[in-house]
Amino acid sequence: MLPVLNEEVVRNRIAKRIALEFEDGDVVNLGIGIPTLVSNFLPADKRLIIETENGCLGAGPEPEEKDYRFIGAGGRFITPLPGCSFFGSDMSFGLIRGGHVDATVLGTLEVDQEGNLANWIIPGKLLPGMGGAMDLVVGAKRVIVATTHCDKKGKSKILKKCRLPLTAVGVVSLIVTEFAVFSIKDGKMTLLEVAPEVTKEDIRANTEAEYEEAPEVRVMQGVEEPVTEAK
Amino acid sequence: MARNYIKPVLSPEEAIKSVKEGMSVMIGGFNYGGVPYTLVEALEKAGTKGLTMISNDTSYATVGHGRLVAAGQIKKVIASHIGINKKTGEQYNAGTLELELVPQGTFVERIRCGGFGMGGFLTPTGLGTKVEEGKQVIEVDGKKYLLEKPLRADVALIRAHKADRMGNLTYFGTNRNFNPTMATAADLVIAEVDSIVEVGELDPNNIVTPGILVDILVVKGDNYYAART
Repeated sequence: MLPVLNEEVVRNRIAKRIALEFEDGDVVNLGIGIPTLVSNFLPADKRLIIETENGCLGAGPEPEEKDYRFIGAGGRFITPLPGCSFFGSDMSFGLIRGGHVDATVLGTLEVDQEGNLANWIIPGKLLPGMGGAMDLVVGAKRVIVATTHCDKKGKSKILKKCRLPLTAVGVVSLIVTEFAVFSIKDGKMTLLEVAPEVTKEDIRANTEAEYEEAPEVRVMQGVEEPVTEAK
Repeated sequence: MARNYIKPVLSPEEAIKSVKEGMSVMIGGFNYGGVPYTLVEALEKAGTKGLTMISNDTSYATVGHGRLVAAGQIKKVIASHIGINKKTGEQYNAGTLELELVPQGTFVERIRCGGFGMGGFLTPTGLGTKVEEGKQVIEVDGKKYLLEKPLRADVALIRAHKADRMGNLTYFGTNRNFNPTMATAADLVIAEVDSIVEVGELDPNNIVTPGILVDILVVKGDNYYAART
C-alpha cells in the first residue's frame, strides 16, 4: 500500500515538481485543479507566459477584486500582466494547434502507458465535453499530466490501456503523481523518480501500467523531506 | 437584410424579433466573458423556441444563455463544453435536447470556415477518438487529419466593446473570444456593445470587426453580467 498523504501535500508536491520542468519564457497552458498551482512554485528567474485558451497570453494570478472582463479558462479571474495580449479564439487555437505552446499541464481521469489520455466523458455518468483539451494535447509541444497516483478507491490511474473514451492518442510526454515521475517516449513508459517515502517496488505494486526503470531512478526532485504522518 | 451604411441602433426587444422559431443562433462568449447578456435576456423574454444554439458552452443554468436551455427554448446545442450547466446534461439524458460536442479549436475553426468561404479544414484534433466517428480521415504528406466541415447560423448574437455607427467593432479583455469569428458566419449579425460613437471616432487601427459584417447595434443593458463584462 502507498501511504495516504494529506491532500494539500499531494497537490502542492505535484505542482512543485512540475514547476521544475520549465525554462524562462516558456508558453504554458495550465488546466484547472492541481495544474493551476504550478505557477505558485516557479523561481523568480523563470517567468512563464501563461496562455489561457479563451484568448490571453500573459495571464497573472487571481486578483483580489473580480473583474469579469479578465477571466481565464475554467472561469477563474486573472490579472493581465505587463506584456499581456488578448485575442480571439481562432488565434488562440491557431497558437495551440500550430505548436506555439510549449507545454500544457492537465489533470486526467485515466492515462496509459502508450501516452493515451481520457478526461472528457464517463459514458452514462458525466458528460462535461472536451472543451479545449483535445486541441491542447494534440497541439502543445509537451503534454504533462498531473494526477494522483491512484483514484479514491485506491486503484491505479496509470493504466495499461485507457478504458474511458480517449481525449487523444499517444500524446502524453510526462506523468507526475505524488509518488512518481514517468516519461513516455515513442510509446514506451519509463520510471524516472520516486518520492522519498516510497520504494520502486511500492510504485510497481500500485501501478497497472507496464514500464521500464531509468538506469538511475532518482528521488523525486523538489521533494526534500519524506512525509510520514498520515492524513 | 439590406445593407445600410449607417447601422440601425435598436432596443434589445426590437432587435431580437429577428430571431424566429426554429432558427440557428450563434451566441458569443466563453464562460462568463463576452456573452451578449442583454440580447440573450431579450430572447428569453421573447420565449422563442426550437432554436439551435451554437455557442462554446451553455453557461450556467441561471446565467446568460444557460437560461435559454433551462427555459426549454433550445432544441439543439452545438458546443465544446456543457459541464457547468446541469440542465443541458439533464435534457440531453432525457432525450429532449440534441447535443453535438465539438473540440473548442475545431468549433471556432468550423465557424471561421463558414464565414470565410472555405469548404472545411483538416485537423489532427480528435483523431482516434469518438470525434472521428462518421468523418473522413485524409492523409496529407504522410500525416493524418480529420475533415471538419464549415458551420454557419441564421443569426449571430455577439458582444463587443465599442461600435461606431457603421458597425465597426472593438473588443475588451477576454470578452473577445468567439465574437469576431461568429460575426463572419451568420446571415444576420446583431452586436451588443458598451457604447456607440460617431463614424470616424474609432481608431481604424484598433477595429477588429469591420462594420460591413454587422447588421444591427444594441447598447448593453444593466443586468448583472451585462454591467460587469
